[in-house]
Amino acid sequence: MPFDFSTLLNVLISGLMTGLVYGLMALGLSVIFGVARVVNFAHGEMMALAMYAAALLFSRFRVNPLLAVVPLGAAFFCFGYGLQRLVLRPFVIRPQHSQFLLLLALAVVITSTLLMVFGPDARAVNLDGLLEPVVIGELLLDQAKLYAAVVACAVAAALFAFFRLTYTGTAIRACADNWLGAQIVGLDVDRLYAIAFGIGASCVGVAGCMMILLVDVTPGSGPAYTLLAFVIVIVGGLGSMSGALVGGVLIGISEAFGGLFIAPSAKSMISFALMIIVLIFRPRGLIAEKS
Amino acid sequence: MKRRAILLVIGVFGLLLTLPLWASPYTVSLATLFLFFAYAGQAWNIMMGFAGLLSLGHALYLGVGAYTVAALYDHFSIGPWLGLWVALALCGLLAAAMAALAFRYRVAGVYFALLTIACAEFARIGFDHFTWVGGSGGLFLKVVEPGRMDLLNLRGPPAMFYYLILLLAGAALLLSALLLRSRAGYYWQAIRESEEAAAALGVNSFRWKMLAVMISGAMTALAGMFSAFYYSNLFPEQLFHISRSIEIILGPIIGGVGTLFGPIIGAALLTALGDGATEFVAAVGWDVPGVKQLVYGIVLFAIVAFLPEGIWPALARKLKLFQ
Amino acid sequence: MACARTQAEAVPMSASLAVQQISKSFRGLQALADVSFEIQPSTITALIGPNGAGKTTLFNIIAGAQTPDRGAIVLDGCRIDGLRPDQICRLGIARTFQMVKPFAGLTVLDNVVIGALSCCTRVKEARQRANAILDMVGLGPKRSRASALLALPDRKLLELARALATRPKLLLLDEVLGGLRPSECDRMMALLRDITEREGISLVLIEHVMRAVMALARTVIVLHHGEVIAQGTPASIVREQAVLDCYLGEPLRV
Repeated sequence: MPFDFSTLLNVLISGLMTGLVYGLMALGLSVIFGVARVVNFAHGEMMALAMYAAALLFSRFRVNPLLAVVPLGAAFFCFGYGLQRLVLRPFVIRPQHSQFLLLLALAVVITSTLLMVFGPDARAVNLDGLLEPVVIGELLLDQAKLYAAVVACAVAAALFAFFRLTYTGTAIRACADNWLGAQIVGLDVDRLYAIAFGIGASCVGVAGCMMILLVDVTPGSGPAYTLLAFVIVIVGGLGSMSGALVGGVLIGISEAFGGLFIAPSAKSMISFALMIIVLIFRPRGLIAEKS
Repeated sequence: MKRRAILLVIGVFGLLLTLPLWASPYTVSLATLFLFFAYAGQAWNIMMGFAGLLSLGHALYLGVGAYTVAALYDHFSIGPWLGLWVALALCGLLAAAMAALAFRYRVAGVYFALLTIACAEFARIGFDHFTWVGGSGGLFLKVVEPGRMDLLNLRGPPAMFYYLILLLAGAALLLSALLLRSRAGYYWQAIRESEEAAAALGVNSFRWKMLAVMISGAMTALAGMFSAFYYSNLFPEQLFHISRSIEIILGPIIGGVGTLFGPIIGAALLTALGDGATEFVAAVGWDVPGVKQLVYGIVLFAIVAFLPEGIWPALARKLKLFQ
Repeated sequence: MACARTQAEAVPMSASLAVQQISKSFRGLQALADVSFEIQPSTITALIGPNGAGKTTLFNIIAGAQTPDRGAIVLDGCRIDGLRPDQICRLGIARTFQMVKPFAGLTVLDNVVIGALSCCTRVKEARQRANAILDMVGLGPKRSRASALLALPDRKLLELARALATRPKLLLLDEVLGGLRPSECDRMMALLRDITEREGISLVLIEHVMRAVMALARTVIVLHHGEVIAQGTPASIVREQAVLDCYLGEPLRV
C-alpha cells in the first residue's frame, strides 16, 4: 500500500502529539518511581479516574477539559500526597512486592468503583469548537491533539523548571539520589517523597484531562494505561524524566505507524514487544539517565 | 500434620464430595468456581510461594492451555485427554523459555512481574488476530448431545465438571504437599530466603527456579483446559486478560502465600464474599456491576496492609491445628 | 555420621588447596594483588589482616561467588576458579558468611537439612545427618526452633552446622568467632579443633580474635592492602616487622 509523503507526515505528527500526552502520563510515573521508589501499579487506573473526572466536569458543569487541568491537577496532587504519606509510607520497610500488591489492590478498587458509579459504557468529551483541523501547508492537525500536546509540553517544561530551579525541587532530586544522605543533611524525606508522589499524580490528572479529548474511557481502561506508562518508562529509563517524554513520543509514533501499516488493534503489540525486549536486555532503558 | 488437621481435611473433602447430591445447581456452580480458583491458586503458589517469583501474567498459561486443547479438539477432533499433554508440554516450555531469558539476563523482582504481564498482554492481542482459533470473535466448542455425559470429550452436565475440578484441586493439594516435603520444597524455601546462602550449600538456584516455573505453568494450562470445556467458548479478551491473572493470585495472597492450605482458604473466602456481596447488593435493590471486584480489592488491600502472611497461618494457630 | 554413598566416600577426604597469583580489582580499586599460598590437608590456617585487606574478597573468589581477574585456584589438582558457588560446594568447599545468613523462615533442623541434601540423595537420610551434626555442635535441643529466633552465638553454630552438613573437605569460616563472649569462643574453638582432628577437614579462618588465631592455627597468612605480607607459624609472624607495622597502634595480645 503506497502511502504518500503527506499522509506519512500527518501520521507522524499525529503520533507525536498523542505521544506527548502519553509522555506526560509516563512522566508522572517516572517521578513517582524515581523519587519515592514506588512502582505505581495503579497508575493507569489513576489516569482513567482523571479522564472520568474531566468528563464529569464537562458534562455537569460545562468545564472545558483544557481548563479543568488546574483543579484536577491540584486535586490529584492532594490525592497523591495523601496516598504516599498515609498509606504507602509504612510500606517502605516491607519487601518490594508487597508495596506492588498494595497498589494492585488500589487499582482494583478504583476500577470497580468506576464501574459501579459510571457503568460499563464508554464516555468521551467532544468539544464542538475543535472539530475543524488546523491546516499548515501539507499538515492537517487535529485541534484537540494540538492543544493537548501544547498543554503537555507546557506542564513538562514547568516540571523541569521546578526540579532544576526551585529549592524544593532540588531537595527532591537529592532525596532520589541519596536517601540517607538527604536525611543526614536534614531534609524531611517523608514530606519530599509525598510531594514527589503528589507531583506525579498531578501529571496524571493533567494527562487525563488531555486524553479524554482524544479517546473515550471505560472503567476497564486502567490496565492498558498502566502498561503503557511502564512500557514508556522502561524504554526511556526508569527514573529519567526526559526519557519518559522521549519514550512517550516514541511509543506514540510507533503506535500511529503500527496502526497505519498493520492494523489499528495490533498497535499495542509493538509497544509490548518493545517492552519485553528492553526488559530482558536493558532494564535501565534505552535513554537511561539519573534524574 | 496433626490428627486434628487431617480430620478437618477429610471432613471438608467428604462434604465437597457429596455436594451435588444435596445442594442447588447454583451452589454447585459456585463451588465449581471456588475449586477452580483453589486449583489455579495452588499452581501459582508453587511459583511464588515456594520459589519466590512474582508472576502477574499467569493468564498466559490459562489461555495457551485452553486454546491448545480446544483447537486440537475443534479442528482435529483430538480428545481433550490427549490434547492436554500437548498443552502441558507447550506451557511448560513457554514458562521455561520466559524464565530462562529472565534468569539469564537478570530480570528480577518487579521487572520480572512486568515481563510476565507484558507476555500475557502480547498473547491477548496476538490471539485476537489468530483467526485459525477464532480470533477476537471467539472459539466455540461443539456440544453434540446436550445432557449426555461424554467424559472422554469432556461434554456433560455441570456435576461432571464439578467432580473433575474437585479431583484436580485435590490432586494439586497432594502435589503441593509432596513437593513441600521433598528436596524441591526445601531448596525452594532456601532460595526464597537467601539465594546466596543456598548456593553456598550446593543449590543450583537456576535449575530449581526453572522447575518451579515449569510446574506452575503446566498446572495452569490444565486450568485453562477445564475453563475451555466448562464454558464451551474461548475469547482472548477474557482468557488472557489481566483480570484473570489477578483473580488467580487473589486466593493465595489472601489465604497465605507459600502455605499449603492458603490458596484454598483464600479461594473459598473470596468466592463466598464475592457472591455474598453481589447477593446483598441485589437484595437492597442496587443492581450494580462491579461490587464483587470492589470487595476483592478491599480484601486484598486489607490483607496486604494488615495481615501480610495471609489468613491461613493465623487461622491455623487459632484452631491449634499444628501445635 | 549417616548417609555414605559409597564405601570409598565413607570417610571424608581432606583437601589441599592452592591459591595461585590471584588478583582482583573493583572499578580501579585493587582488592587483591598476586595472592598466593597453599593450604595443607587437615590443618587450620588463619587469614588475618586489617579491615579492608581483602580477606572476604579472597573467600568469595575461592568459594565461587566472585571471579578473579587473574590467577587460579586449584583444589586437589583441579582448577576451580570460574565455577559457580553450588558447583564448588559439591566439590567439597563449604563456607560461612561474616554476616550470618540463616534461612529465617525455617527451623534450625531444616536449615541444616538443606546443607545435608547436597551430599545425601534422600530427604530422610539428610534429616538423619542433619540431626547428627546438630548434636555434634550442641544445637540438638533447639532443632525445632525457628532459626530467626536464635541468638548470635547459636546463629554462628547454625551457620557452621549447615556448612558441615555438606560434607566438605575444606571449610572457609569468615569471622565465626566475631561477637562471641570468651566462654562461647572457647566452646567454638574446641569444636573447630575437633572438626579438624576427628573429621580431617581443613579449615581456613578469617579472624580478628588473636588468641584463637594463636591457639588454633598451624599457619597464619597476613593480608594487607590485598597483598600477602607474611606467611608462617603464629610464633614467627608475630615477630615480623611488616606485620607489626601494619598493625601499628593495635597491640597483639598473644
